[in-house]
Amino acid sequence: MGIIKTEKLSYEYIRRDDEGNVSGVTRAVDDVSIDVTQGEFIAILGHNGSGKSTLAKHINAILTPSEGEIWVDGINTAEAARIWDVRQKAGMVFQNPDNQIIGQLVEEDVGFGPENLGVPTDQIWERVEESLKLLGMLEYSKHSPNKLSGGQKQRVSIAGVLAMHPKCIIFDEPTAMLDPHGRREVVRAARALNDVEKITIVLITHYMEETIYADRLFVMDHGRIAMEGTPKEIFSQVEKLEELRLGVPQATKVAYELKKAGMPIPDGILTRQELREALKACL
Amino acid sequence: MSMTLEHVNCIYSADTNHSVHALKDICLTIGDGEFIGLIGHTGCGKSTLVQHLNGLISPTDGHIYYNGEDINAKDFNRKELRGNVGLVFQYPEHQLFENDVFADVCFGPKNLGLDKKEVELRAYEALHSVGFPDEEFYSSPFELSGGQKRRVAIAGVLAMKPKILILDEPTAGLDPQGREDILELISDLHRNENMTIILVSHSMDDVADYAERLIVMDHGSILYDDVPQEVFKNVRELERMGLAVPEVTYIMRSLKRNGYEVDDTITKIDDAVEQILKLWSEK
Repeated sequence: MGIIKTEKLSYEYIRRDDEGNVSGVTRAVDDVSIDVTQGEFIAILGHNGSGKSTLAKHINAILTPSEGEIWVDGINTAEAARIWDVRQKAGMVFQNPDNQIIGQLVEEDVGFGPENLGVPTDQIWERVEESLKLLGMLEYSKHSPNKLSGGQKQRVSIAGVLAMHPKCIIFDEPTAMLDPHGRREVVRAARALNDVEKITIVLITHYMEETIYADRLFVMDHGRIAMEGTPKEIFSQVEKLEELRLGVPQATKVAYELKKAGMPIPDGILTRQELREALKACL
Repeated sequence: MSMTLEHVNCIYSADTNHSVHALKDICLTIGDGEFIGLIGHTGCGKSTLVQHLNGLISPTDGHIYYNGEDINAKDFNRKELRGNVGLVFQYPEHQLFENDVFADVCFGPKNLGLDKKEVELRAYEALHSVGFPDEEFYSSPFELSGGQKRRVAIAGVLAMKPKILILDEPTAGLDPQGREDILELISDLHRNENMTIILVSHSMDDVADYAERLIVMDHGSILYDDVPQEVFKNVRELERMGLAVPEVTYIMRSLKRNGYEVDDTITKIDDAVEQILKLWSEK
């Protein structure tokens, strides 16, 4: 069993009217079975309302399945008594950094997680230092988080999760509010944690460019897994992605249009370097 | 219907030891029917600037004229100004509050003091112009998808019939198709109603595709103010500021560096494809 495993997981949001009677049911996640290996970097794509975030919230037990099951590092998240174990193993970084920062100083904010886990004080400070160092934020440890840029705030949020020593970090659209530089900082941090610390990464995003280094992509639609494969396999299917209200990276789009016009360009080009090499071969 | 800023300065917490000089001597004219992209890294003063344009913040120093009248003069009708200069904030769907969609859109024009008939007519027109389906007029705004909610929020501003529409990151958090839908909608308003548009964005690809004029801010000053093609020639400077140029511009630059005769100031995918195909056919 991998670090995250779901078995026919479904989740229903139930709407009620003023009297508390059920007025509607939305099946946000529908019969999803996935198995993620420890150390993998996976990305989940899908249009708004496709069920990505609902699925992600199951991984650290914010939600528990209506039907089916999910195990995080072997623990069934439906076991209420072990909910804190699950949350220590799987940390979550959200979209808006301002909603998840609570400390007066950067180092206090990062220490909040391990403090809640009951880690002894001296070890908390060790963890804070080590996490901030990894995210390149150590020099800001005595700063107020309010004065940081968006990308820096988001790195502080990630350090806060990291200080809990998780095996897995889920990023739910961590770059939606950031400028290009901030976006690069956050994606680079996620890749480094995966490469160096072997932490399993689950990245949810609407920016196709951010997913090209993932080991595996999942595309969701109507709560189901509509596509699964390596970035190359997924982004070769431009038309299918557009049907699912998604796009492809710009380099892939250019390659696709050129190929359609008759140029001999290979499928699945993801970066501008790959495109340049492909063009050199035929120009 | 022009707007002119003359030597506008804004200092937050002036006279304290943590004062922030957010706008520095801004001089700017916004003409009738322009489509302007406003870019800059987080904290560069973009949002402060747009809040000056409809009088939410008064300049510490300097003047802002709307049709020749100083908007911060004592006898100026600022309520009317806020009808004429519509501001759509980031994540505007967080400001939806009424029981149904229609009532929410009516709120703006109602506050302008119009009679009921006119208010409802405007709300109806606004919802139509954003492509919102009739049969959902009386649904709760909270049960809509992210993209739909944002349409409703934009309709709420359109119902005030603004001459200038300012949108602060209108596509943040939307999927690629949703992003395109909203941008097409804005572009239609600009084309068909000759509305002046100011689009604040972190997405270089979006502004390159839609804006006719690009204003780049850095540390409270305007650094560039030109057509997108000219602005995106300053690759190094833009990157230093935490910005970037569109991915296709990077592609064309790298082709040119490799000795191919292409225009490296191209900012749109279609133009790039056309040039590469031309190169290929001439080979």
